[in-house]
Amino acid sequence: MFKKILIANRGEIACRVIKTAKKMGIATVAIYSDADRNALHVAMADEAVHIGPAPANQSYIVIDKVMQAIRDTGAEAVHPGYGFLSENPKFAQALEAAGVAFIGPPVGAIEAMGDKITSKKLAQEAGVSTVPGHMGLIADADEAVKIATEIGYPVMIKASAGGGGKGMRIAWDDDEAREGFQSSKNEAANSFGDDRIFIEKFVTQPRHIEIQVLADNHGNCIYLGERECSIQRRNQKVIEEAPSPFLDAETRRAMGEQSVALAKAVGYSSAGTVEFIVDGDRNFYFLEMNTRLQVEHPVTELITGVDLVEQMIRVASGETLPMTQDDVTLTGWAMESRLYAEDPYRGFLPSIGRLTRYRPPAEVAAGPMQTAGKWLPQPSGQDAPSGDSATRNDTGVYEGGEISMYYDPMIAKLCTWGADRGAAIEGMRLALDRFEVEGIGHNLPFLSAVMDHPKFVSGDITTAFIAEEYPDGFNGVALPGDALRRIAAAAAAMNRVAEIRRTRISGRMDNHERHVGDDWVVTLQGADFVVRVEADQGGSTVHFEDGAPLRVEAAWTPGDQLAVLDVGGAPLVLKVGKISGGFRLRTRGADLKVHVRTPRQAELARLMPEKVAPDTSRMLLCPMPGLVVKINVEVGDEVQEGQPLCTVEAMKMENILRAERKCVVSKVNAAAGDSLAVDEVIMEFE
Amino acid sequence: MKDILQELENRRASARLGGGEKRIEAQHAKGKLTARERIDLLLDEGSFEEFDTFVAHRCTDFGMEDQRPYGDGVVTGWGTINGRMVYVFSQDFTVFGGSLSETHAQKICKIMDMAMQNGAPVIGINDSGGARIQEGVASLAGYAEVFQRNIMASGVVPQISVIMGPCAGGAVYSPAMTDFIFMVRDSSYMFVTGPDVVKTVTNEVVTAEELGGASTHTRKSSVADGAFENDVEALAEVRRLVDFLPLNNQAKVPVRPFFDAPDRIDTSLDTLIPENANTPYDMKELILKVADEGDFYEIQEDFAKNIITGFIRLEGRSVGVVANQPMVLAGCLDIDSSRKAARFVRFCDAFEIPILTFVDVPGFLPGTGQELGGVIKHGAKLLFAYGEATVPKVTVITRKAYGGAYDVMASKHLRGDFNYAWPTAEIAVMGAKGATEILYRSELGDPEKIAGRTKDYEDRFANPFVAAERGFIDEVIQPRSTRRRVCRAFASLRGKKLQNPWKKHDNIPL
Repeated sequence: MFKKILIANRGEIACRVIKTAKKMGIATVAIYSDADRNALHVAMADEAVHIGPAPANQSYIVIDKVMQAIRDTGAEAVHPGYGFLSENPKFAQALEAAGVAFIGPPVGAIEAMGDKITSKKLAQEAGVSTVPGHMGLIADADEAVKIATEIGYPVMIKASAGGGGKGMRIAWDDDEAREGFQSSKNEAANSFGDDRIFIEKFVTQPRHIEIQVLADNHGNCIYLGERECSIQRRNQKVIEEAPSPFLDAETRRAMGEQSVALAKAVGYSSAGTVEFIVDGDRNFYFLEMNTRLQVEHPVTELITGVDLVEQMIRVASGETLPMTQDDVTLTGWAMESRLYAEDPYRGFLPSIGRLTRYRPPAEVAAGPMQTAGKWLPQPSGQDAPSGDSATRNDTGVYEGGEISMYYDPMIAKLCTWGADRGAAIEGMRLALDRFEVEGIGHNLPFLSAVMDHPKFVSGDITTAFIAEEYPDGFNGVALPGDALRRIAAAAAAMNRVAEIRRTRISGRMDNHERHVGDDWVVTLQGADFVVRVEADQGGSTVHFEDGAPLRVEAAWTPGDQLAVLDVGGAPLVLKVGKISGGFRLRTRGADLKVHVRTPRQAELARLMPEKVAPDTSRMLLCPMPGLVVKINVEVGDEVQEGQPLCTVEAMKMENILRAERKCVVSKVNAAAGDSLAVDEVIMEFE
Repeated sequence: MKDILQELENRRASARLGGGEKRIEAQHAKGKLTARERIDLLLDEGSFEEFDTFVAHRCTDFGMEDQRPYGDGVVTGWGTINGRMVYVFSQDFTVFGGSLSETHAQKICKIMDMAMQNGAPVIGINDSGGARIQEGVASLAGYAEVFQRNIMASGVVPQISVIMGPCAGGAVYSPAMTDFIFMVRDSSYMFVTGPDVVKTVTNEVVTAEELGGASTHTRKSSVADGAFENDVEALAEVRRLVDFLPLNNQAKVPVRPFFDAPDRIDTSLDTLIPENANTPYDMKELILKVADEGDFYEIQEDFAKNIITGFIRLEGRSVGVVANQPMVLAGCLDIDSSRKAARFVRFCDAFEIPILTFVDVPGFLPGTGQELGGVIKHGAKLLFAYGEATVPKVTVITRKAYGGAYDVMASKHLRGDFNYAWPTAEIAVMGAKGATEILYRSELGDPEKIAGRTKDYEDRFANPFVAAERGFIDEVIQPRSTRRRVCRAFASLRGKKLQNPWKKHDNIPL
């Protein structure tokens, strides 16, 4: 076994590999760029080598620099993680030449699977199901119909030179094929000056399901079940799970066996993933093979109890796989949510900056990984407590750390494991509610929203889920009435604690103290709940004007930013912020302003005018905190769509803000040199 | 007997109705509450004790003798906020537009005198069309009587003004002399002369909102200390502020139970200061992480944002915070920020509220705008305020403390009790680049040499240890333990006694 390995990566995956290496008693070497001087992976590794400036193309993916770090530290093997150099055959070759083990597949396998056309050909030869289609030129409509019939409807008729949906038709029968061929051809000729057309199977209700394979250098290869990764946004995976709620045992076995066949055909070793697209009838078609550890590998680990990184290291050191296909069992269900530094309320724009608060939920060990003794230690080295369901958080950041503009915006991979899919989802809901991240915009509310989406819960998902269910982006969650009632009960109980503390201030008039009443009106999401709070030693019972009372038990005290409560016998976790006369409460993807008032206060509050938020469509708002470098227009100027209006410097980058449409500038509120906060109004339009 | 009791109730009912249902409806239609509704929100439920319910004016001109409603356009009395006594007056716009008459003024004066005698804050809710024109000079005299009491009460009991409607002409000068002014967005304005007069005299066309709305006074003029969305929010926030304030200048700062360990360590503060000395960071994060329960009551949030002022609690006790904000103008001192902070420091000193200062200041803002505007005298205000303050003073230098601004920001030399510095502190006459350009002017043509000189200067002065060697810094502390250090420092100063020499009063450079 290796004594020392280098991890040619950063962030959560570097930390993930270090954890397993530590468990195996292998010393670790981290590499880091200027931007990662204070990164978690550097702190966790036994040694760390600085390899250059922040941009990855000057540090993490410069083979020479990594090779130098290997020489300098005497590492015997390299784990590449994912991304960066992980699928770069030149890197694998350089290691081979230097006599350093690559913790990954052989160069030949990387090269063979790295090319889309070669890999598809190889897959076909290995008996793997590929998307049926005709790559040759098609002479006329009759031939098109013939080919379409051979492939089987529905088919997609595409222009070779096509793009953006132009020259593309879907045909469900002969007539449509004939017609589609003609119109595609015409459109292609007109748009691209190239009327070549090809036809392939149109996959309906597509799901992205992938098979994890694991092979050694002694001819053994197994598959570790599948992962469903259909919840994607613009080809970026967001939520993954294992197993898939869609596959049956037979399909799983067929996909697994074909994947193993492909792996064997290319002489694969180490961990790899064969990606398939699966249609509504469980027909599956090969997409590509990823010759590395996948981001979403933890869900497979959680249901199989196999530490994939450990097996990769063992295989690289020449060991034989310790298990056969018969030993592989899938137990329970695992769910993974990718927490991205992307603001869902701003079209998922990347958000960078300082993590002023970062408190992931506590890890809990359970399931096959724990049974197998493979649960990974936390960065601090302590063991996670065990429970009925598991929570695992793979992360590379910490409170006070920085999300940098130079790398992937992923903050953490939060995984849960439960006895079944429902338990895994419920575990994820609570874990997301407990996950505190402040200082940057992030997609946590969106993840929560998906966990409560009926379609997701039913397992009825396709790769179009996000695009179809959130066509206008994500605008927060409106909670149903019973959820609001529970939150109202919690708020009333919490408010009582806060109010009583207020009355304990020094300097009160003796015998004329303020007495906190029992009657309150809780207002949230436009609804009023009239309640009476009956407090006792263990908590409070909140009576509603209508409906059954709710018992609230909590250890919350004023200032706690996380309230973990039991309301009506079920857990409720709230992120608690301050607003005037109440709380800002966040849970399940909802962001609520909750006011708790006495009946008299509530009566008077109802007299207050509803203030209409200013129409920001006629304003240019500052998209990020920054310094105004230049204002390009003056009051009265007519500006055209796309015309630069002003330049704001943020994080040393000059951002040119442009007009969204033709309009006339009516007011300019900022001048060069002003420093602006986010959403400050820079100028207004008529 | 029963009839007499009933008579009292009838009269009270009539007084409570103010200007009548119609005018109350009109007030509500403007998004405003009535004088009594506002008192209901300001004070603890059922705690209000009214004075002078039945006072009526004595004017007999212009037909006034026919309308003599009870209360005369202002509701006065006392009550409690979380059990602590405050005096309050609330002008009633439904009665003669809340205009100030001789008797209206007398009612205000009465509760101000009571407040002074009994040592409790005065909260004034302003919603008045101005002087009662029918009364002429009697009304003006009334204003002046109130002014004189504002002046006498200044520094004796806290005075808070809430502007909840018009406040124009002479009326503005009573709030102007109180400690804090809060406004309500869209329904309040303050100016000495209104838009009509402005137009006549200077030909400027301006709206009441532009001339004296909440936005104008919180962002530009700095007349107001804060603005709120509506009456309900404003009064809730005044209650919140009162919880931070002592009742008078002899009382101790209030203490209340707290749920935040004084020795709480926050490791994230170790990375608050960016690697690059020119990269800004948000000083508010430090304030929130040091404060009990992350609770911060900011004063003048929207004005001179290069300095932050406000109240926090440490171990349940109020502390005033002054902090440079590197996010705005690099946190430099200028005319506006000096004035803002100086007034805040003097308020804290007047009412024995300890002062915590966080320093990251690159110096005073250069430029003709500043010099011609009198930055010398305005900057001196903050220097003066810190120097004369006898309350416990704890200072933490997080990064830059350059030049005269270092001296100003509650330095050891201005009787700072505890002057801490983070290891990232740089205490020097100026930044390394500027210093070498002056010291080695002759070598300016040689960038290599200058770079070397700059490096030397940085190595020598870009740290807290030169100052610590001289005892100007009492201790260099870990950022993570700032809360613990600061809490213990203030705890040790609870018995602090320091007296300035007797003087009639000082001559701060106004």
